[in-house]
Amino acid sequence: MTQSRSTTYDVAIVGSGAGGGMAAYQLTKAGAKVVMLEAGSWWDNADPRYSAMLKMPYDSPRRGASTPDRPFGEWDACIGGWTIPGEPYTKAEGTKFDWWRGRMLGGRTNHWGRISLRFGPDDFRRKTLDGMGDDWPISYDDIKPWYDEVDRLIGIFGSLENLPNDPDGIFHPAPAPRYYEHLVKDTCDRMKVTCIPARLSVITKPLNGRSPCHYCGQCNRGCMTNSNFSSPNVLIFPAMKTGNLTLITDAMAREVFTGPDGRATGVAYVDKKTGEDREVQARIVVLAASALESARLLLNSRSSRHPNGLANASGVVGRYITDTTGTDVAGFIPRLVDVPRHNADGVGGGHIYMPWWLDNRKLDFPRGYHIEVWGGLGMPSYGFMGGIQSYPEGGGYGADLKQQYRTYWGATVGFSGRGEMIPNDKSFVEIDPAVKDRFGIPVLRVHWEWRDSEYLQVKHMQETFRAIIAEMGGEVWSAMPTKEQGYGIANGGAIIHELGGVRMGRSDRASALNANCQAWDCDNLFVADGGPFVSQADKNPTWTILALSMRTSDHIIRQRRAGAL
Amino acid sequence: MSEMNRRDALQQLLAVPAGMMIAPEVVERAAAHVEAALAPVAAEASAETQAAQPAARAAYSPKQFTTDEWRLLRVLVDYVIPRDARSGSATDAGVPEFMDFMLGEYASMRTWMKNGLGWMNAECRARFGRGFVSCTDAQRRVVLDAIAYPKKAAPEMKPGVDFFNNLRNLTASGFWSSRVGVRDLGYSGNVPVGKWEGTPPQVMAWLKRA
Repeated sequence: MTQSRSTTYDVAIVGSGAGGGMAAYQLTKAGAKVVMLEAGSWWDNADPRYSAMLKMPYDSPRRGASTPDRPFGEWDACIGGWTIPGEPYTKAEGTKFDWWRGRMLGGRTNHWGRISLRFGPDDFRRKTLDGMGDDWPISYDDIKPWYDEVDRLIGIFGSLENLPNDPDGIFHPAPAPRYYEHLVKDTCDRMKVTCIPARLSVITKPLNGRSPCHYCGQCNRGCMTNSNFSSPNVLIFPAMKTGNLTLITDAMAREVFTGPDGRATGVAYVDKKTGEDREVQARIVVLAASALESARLLLNSRSSRHPNGLANASGVVGRYITDTTGTDVAGFIPRLVDVPRHNADGVGGGHIYMPWWLDNRKLDFPRGYHIEVWGGLGMPSYGFMGGIQSYPEGGGYGADLKQQYRTYWGATVGFSGRGEMIPNDKSFVEIDPAVKDRFGIPVLRVHWEWRDSEYLQVKHMQETFRAIIAEMGGEVWSAMPTKEQGYGIANGGAIIHELGGVRMGRSDRASALNANCQAWDCDNLFVADGGPFVSQADKNPTWTILALSMRTSDHIIRQRRAGAL
Repeated sequence: MSEMNRRDALQQLLAVPAGMMIAPEVVERAAAHVEAALAPVAAEASAETQAAQPAARAAYSPKQFTTDEWRLLRVLVDYVIPRDARSGSATDAGVPEFMDFMLGEYASMRTWMKNGLGWMNAECRARFGRGFVSCTDAQRRVVLDAIAYPKKAAPEMKPGVDFFNNLRNLTASGFWSSRVGVRDLGYSGNVPVGKWEGTPPQVMAWLKRA
């Protein structure tokens, strides 16, 4: 895949995940000549040489255990992880932060749980509602047409619920609950905790030439039938079919080049296979490298016109970063002991979930969370029922122990809270003045701090999950985490929902991008990942990344057709 | 069964979605365990396993264990998961070979395993004047009883308790993820199904029981 140095593309996109894939799809379809840089390698989940779909644990001597580049197990589709050799990041003293980076075609869309939640009307105007954080420069109504279009193009299952801040989409039918999900649902109904069918980007009817889900439960391995969403097979390969997309893999972006007028001219990158420095030239640059990588790229793109880095005249690049709050509680449910054997796999994720159901004005923390539920009779693999000594018999060995495994399999149910963090001025990234990665690119230094708004929310999660488990007649073996233990809050970054850092806004003094995700100080530069987000919401961000990227792409197309840019 | 009949039977069993864009070989490979899981567990199955094992295993030479450690390990894992009426033992399921592989891949496992096997022999020598393998069944059980129940164990048994927790976990990982273990559990997922019917009626009835 060589091109002459003089080729000037219409658009250069950095990153091939949800945001980059969507921009490539939308722009190439409109006729733009697009070049895409991806820091990792080629990947095609429809190809059995890549996907491990339908493999059994005994097909590998490792039985599904983790490997250095696959921390979530050898068959997890996502290559990358919490540490990448030669690509460090640093943390300020006292900061606890974990950064998951994908390094492959499709990025972290190969990793995620496919939970696809629209932000609600209130999520775009939190400052107006409670005075904290900031409002977005756009409303739900502004972005709704693109949510609809994403639903139609990519596909999602769910149910029409008419909840005020969890808008319905254009849904395929949702799969019926598994056995333990019925118990959870009945329990939550009694406790007045809203519990509804999950909303996952898994198709349950044929869509755009893709087969419906076959319920093998292994979405995370890469779906050979393209029945769920990952960027390559749903967005990038169709974009390549237009003939308008040039894909360059193993290309680690170094900086965005600008001309004497301050406008972007292209992207410098390292060809990881040869170590050589290269460059692509383009009339428009779209960054979709992930919230923090895009911030890093901008901060590393300094010039006389942009001395603080590109899109950073306001000084906000790297600021206002957030991650989803998280904590988990699992319980042993005696009622589920000796569950009759049946295939309970379903889709690769929960069939039910609980959207935020309470009124924060009556609580001691300002923002909500949703609950994810896990359990069941999943494929036995490495780690199967570890810690059996916690069950009633207290351990043991021999025939009795063997019977315990059979009896207790499927009798544990877990709950994960996923909540909204409010941006704060102690949580940000900057360029580490001393450390560079193996390509010589300066790395990020992360500062992170949770506040009471997060701690008290996570405390509420712990109390709620323990109450649900008790109502189910179950037992929790772990003690309630104390205040000193942060009530069990996961490290910043650990939920892999980093957002912000290149936020959009109404004012060029308080934001990097305008309402079209276009840099205030560089009109042919756009950001199409989680970077533009102004707030986190109690929702997973991917569907909003996709809708925003599509909206941004349509703006670029309109501007080009009107003769601008 | 002829190839076509077998395939028909399989198709019916699995109700593979029409037009599913995937190679039939992939589906069939995945489906093999479901046939096994749905078949009644028969005594001859484990007898067959038993007969097949010794010859197949005789040639194996461990890479991470000394000869003495290997003997000890093979005895020990069958105390953790023995043969019973439903399925074979940990050694029948290839658990020692699985551990040999894993120790080569994960350095931390090597440490606790080697230390733990050493602890077992030292404890047996202190109590009975000989290593675990040379002890009688009753003597071995005295030591196992002292470490297999963490909440009841004496504080000075902690190294043994920690080792046994790890060993039990790794034995379970290896056993239940083997063909023998998957079949024993009756795991019938990881296979394409044409329509998700939800929880079967008999399971719903069980859930709603008083």
